[in-house]
Amino acid sequence: MPVDIDIAKVANLARLALSEEELAAYGTQLEDILEHAERVQALPTDGVEPTSHPLPMVNGFRPDERTESLEPESFLSEAPDAEDGQFRVPRILE
Amino acid sequence: MADLADLTIAEAGRGLRAGDFTAVDLLDAVTKRATMTEAQLHAYLTLDSGGARAAAEKADADLASGDDHGPLHGIPVALKDNMVTKGVETTASSQILAGWKPPYDGTAVARLKAAGAVITGKTNLDEFAMGSSTENSAFGPSRNPWDHTRVPGGSSGGSAATVSVGSAFGSFGSDTGGSIRQPAALCGVVGMKPTYGMVSRYGLIAFASSLDQIGPFSRTVEDSALLLDAVAGWDRMDSTSIDGDVPAFSGSLSKGVEGLRIGLVTELMGEGIDPQVKAAVTAMADKLAGAGAEVIEVGLPASEYALSAYYLIAPAEASANLARFDGVRYGHRTEHLEGTTEDMMAMSRAEGFGPEVIRRILLGTYALSAGYYDAFYGQAQRVRTLMRNDFASAYEQVDVLISPTSPTTAFPVGERAADPIAMYYSDVCTIPSNLAGDPAISVPVGLDDQRLPIGFQIMAPALGEEVMYQVAAEVERLAGFTDRAPLATSEVVHP
Amino acid sequence: MSIDSVTPLNAGGWEAVIGLETHVELSTASKMFCGCRADIPEEPNTACCPVCLALPGALPVPNEQAIEGIVRIGTALGCEINETSLFYRKNYFYPDLPKNYQISQYTFPVAEHGALEIDVEGEPFTVGITRVHMEEDTGKSTHVGDGGGRIHDASHTLLDFNRAGVPLVEIVTEPDIRTPEQARAYGAELQRVVLALGVSDAKLEAGSMRFDANVSVRRPGEEFGTRTETKNVNSLRSLQRAVAFEIERQIAVLESGGTIVQETRHWNEDTGKTSSMRTKEESEDYRYFQDPDLLPLSVDETWRLRAVEALPELPGAARTRFRDAGVDPVNAETLLDNPALAALFTDAVAAGAPGRLVANWLTGEVIAQLRRDEVDVSDTSLSSSHLVELASMVDGGDLSSSAAKDVLTRAMAGEGTPRAIAEANDLLQVSDTGAIEEVVEQVLVDNPDALEKVRSGDMKPLGFLTGQVMRQMGGKADPKVVQQVLRAKTQGE
Ligand SMILES: [Mg+2]
Ligand SMILES: [Zn+2]
Repeated sequence: MPVDIDIAKVANLARLALSEEELAAYGTQLEDILEHAERVQALPTDGVEPTSHPLPMVNGFRPDERTESLEPESFLSEAPDAEDGQFRVPRILE
Repeated sequence: MADLADLTIAEAGRGLRAGDFTAVDLLDAVTKRATMTEAQLHAYLTLDSGGARAAAEKADADLASGDDHGPLHGIPVALKDNMVTKGVETTASSQILAGWKPPYDGTAVARLKAAGAVITGKTNLDEFAMGSSTENSAFGPSRNPWDHTRVPGGSSGGSAATVSVGSAFGSFGSDTGGSIRQPAALCGVVGMKPTYGMVSRYGLIAFASSLDQIGPFSRTVEDSALLLDAVAGWDRMDSTSIDGDVPAFSGSLSKGVEGLRIGLVTELMGEGIDPQVKAAVTAMADKLAGAGAEVIEVGLPASEYALSAYYLIAPAEASANLARFDGVRYGHRTEHLEGTTEDMMAMSRAEGFGPEVIRRILLGTYALSAGYYDAFYGQAQRVRTLMRNDFASAYEQVDVLISPTSPTTAFPVGERAADPIAMYYSDVCTIPSNLAGDPAISVPVGLDDQRLPIGFQIMAPALGEEVMYQVAAEVERLAGFTDRAPLATSEVVHP
Repeated sequence: MSIDSVTPLNAGGWEAVIGLETHVELSTASKMFCGCRADIPEEPNTACCPVCLALPGALPVPNEQAIEGIVRIGTALGCEINETSLFYRKNYFYPDLPKNYQISQYTFPVAEHGALEIDVEGEPFTVGITRVHMEEDTGKSTHVGDGGGRIHDASHTLLDFNRAGVPLVEIVTEPDIRTPEQARAYGAELQRVVLALGVSDAKLEAGSMRFDANVSVRRPGEEFGTRTETKNVNSLRSLQRAVAFEIERQIAVLESGGTIVQETRHWNEDTGKTSSMRTKEESEDYRYFQDPDLLPLSVDETWRLRAVEALPELPGAARTRFRDAGVDPVNAETLLDNPALAALFTDAVAAGAPGRLVANWLTGEVIAQLRRDEVDVSDTSLSSSHLVELASMVDGGDLSSSAAKDVLTRAMAGEGTPRAIAEANDLLQVSDTGAIEEVVEQVLVDNPDALEKVRSGDMKPLGFLTGQVMRQMGGKADPKVVQQVLRAKTQGE
């Protein structure tokens, strides 16, 4: 199966502002890499369950107990922009 | 007296307790070694001299008052810079995190501190652990101590190099597709990846969550076990960490291989493996047989597909894991703020991530997107099942599997940088264990004709660390590998 | 399903098809995946940690109590609880979503295939429940600038992540609903279920319960039309209004030859209209995949049975019980919405008080008084034993029904038991025949004309005479006894 990627759409989904030249270059590289994946796609896997976790464990819960939160200053001081105890960003387009 | 920086962790621990030297002396020794080697190697991104000195002084005071924290007490240890350290810059070698000072310690870091280890600093890596050469660092590449025109391997190249030259007694890295074992092989040190879930991932900046594991670098197998002992075990902050008793791994090193069944993996001794590497592995297999093990050839047919499956699974998970780097709460934000927050995010990300990271985010995003999910990600997860099934049947026949760690020894800087697929092939021997979630270790067994180290990989079933270490210790004895990198001696002259 | 029995058509023969998605914040002590408090403090960013801020390296660990909560909701809605369910990552970039993906569920939610029986003005109606799944809430954005908080005119936005990671249960219905009234009744009934389970405070105005309404219209029997999704609906009244507006709007568009665009719309409470938020130029691609940081959820047989056993009485059963006790439908709904009053009702009826009378008091005087004083019934002294005593006094003729209301109000104010209050305030009825006979005789003497009419068979003046007697006795005579005596005195001789 020849790989044909709408690279601009992919970049938009991934929120990466790339130039036309960059898009073209990445598009070609992705197509090369995905051609290697073709062998994987050709492998017959009917009836094979996918593995998402290496180990057969379930739940891994924690009890509903409060633990200490961070001092806001400890992370707001690392923020690119903050105002009145909140993170500040430019206007949001809906 | 030998330079303290050349001691093993076990030796340093004995000397500390005998009063031969102090933790501050050990720190001074590795600091001096770093001063001598860093200009060529660039293994460290950050040396936390202040924090390390305070920790070393506290270690000495504690020991003097009889408060002994165990084998790592007072031992200088380096951390890959994708391990989150409170108050100490943590970047994952990415421009997008440059300058970030985390407000918390990851679990492995906290456990090392509790074990009395002295954290020397943060080591260089391929950006977000994506790479096999430590060339993809936003802050410049690291070099191989054995030949600084060559790469140290990656992505934990900095951690491998520090241990190789003695600018740390031990170090930690993360292994998603071979990122501990492959640089360990290329730098001539011991590097191991534990069973998935053995070490908490809390505070490890995620690359591919279902594959990532933290593990140690060391000069000896015994040191490897001591380092793993300190960080292993269930953590309430990581839902995927294994809830169960953890044995002391340092307890199984002298049992030998008599009566063990060892499988040499056919598919990992094929065409792409350098003949000298192949020869060294075969020679070691023979020695193991001579030491009383039953060595047979075993097939892992799905391993032929492992690399391709890995390059779908890891980028897919990474595309989501790296979505949080958006210029909102921490890290790089673009200067071009005339647009909306959406524009700000897209520009910050494009500016902050390097090309390999962008390539993998795009690949992963595509592999997960509507219409392609099942053909790519779904199919890769099914290959993963086949890989696990192969391992399961192999382990019905043998106790451990062996193979080369890396298809080649250290390659020249720049050689594979422009060819992603050639670079990806560096991990062909290590990826199967990541897909299966099994432990594996690389032990140096010799040098090739260019005086570059060759790594030998031992793989074991999940939670099989004890038998893995048992074999690794025997391999170490049989190899008698005592050569040191030319940079790793006190005679090195700063240029 | 009883949809077929209720297919109300709108003007022009259009049928509306409505499905609701409801988000409910669970009132656990800590958040879904971290130990920060889940009750959202006012001071911004004070309930945040590496996990809910999505700092690099942080990992989610699920809150067992939240899973308990969703299992209870699923069980109460008659769902099948999946033995294994999975967490997925729903990928989309938004500044109030710290990880830029939401941990949610996709295939294999915790619960699916349930139904909720509702009551629309006395008519039973069943709404199918497609799925109930577990997810996490987002942070809060405040748009700052000249636009008065409106997103389009804002100059910048401030982000508070206190709410990020609060456990959220999403309940999705089948497209079974056909009218705005049914939509409202479903919303009300679901809120009661959640409150009865005690898993959420389900406050619509505070956003701890929120609706999204999917609305389309079609000719009966045709395929579903294109639907819109209306968000920001934060009261039951708004739910009904928003759905009604959207139905009318779509019909108007279609009748004027236009087409409906699949889009997200925003309900504006002030204008009473929905407006387009954004059209989906390209259908959203959330790139769902199983979250590798989280293990599969396993709710075993023991857990499922325990959830069934632990179910409280649900509103449907309570409604039936109230009606069986003689409570009229309107009062029954009022009791359903006032659990504290319903509890008093239940205790009083169990102790033998007549249901209709007690329900009338509780939904009449008691609620009026509580509203006046802006208090809860638990803030007053009213107890079920008061209601029982009061009912028996009325029943025994010791207290007129109007005096009973006075006593009830005083009992709420803590003046004592009903009998003590009635005695202290001289409200007890006189049912002593001797005392009444004396007054009756005097009234008959004073009103010879009326007496004459009654004796000649015209019974109309009896009421007037009763009133005279009652007035002379200061209202304390038992009117039944007065009438008996009057009849005896006028007819008997
Ligand atoms: Mg939702
Ligand atoms: Zn938190």
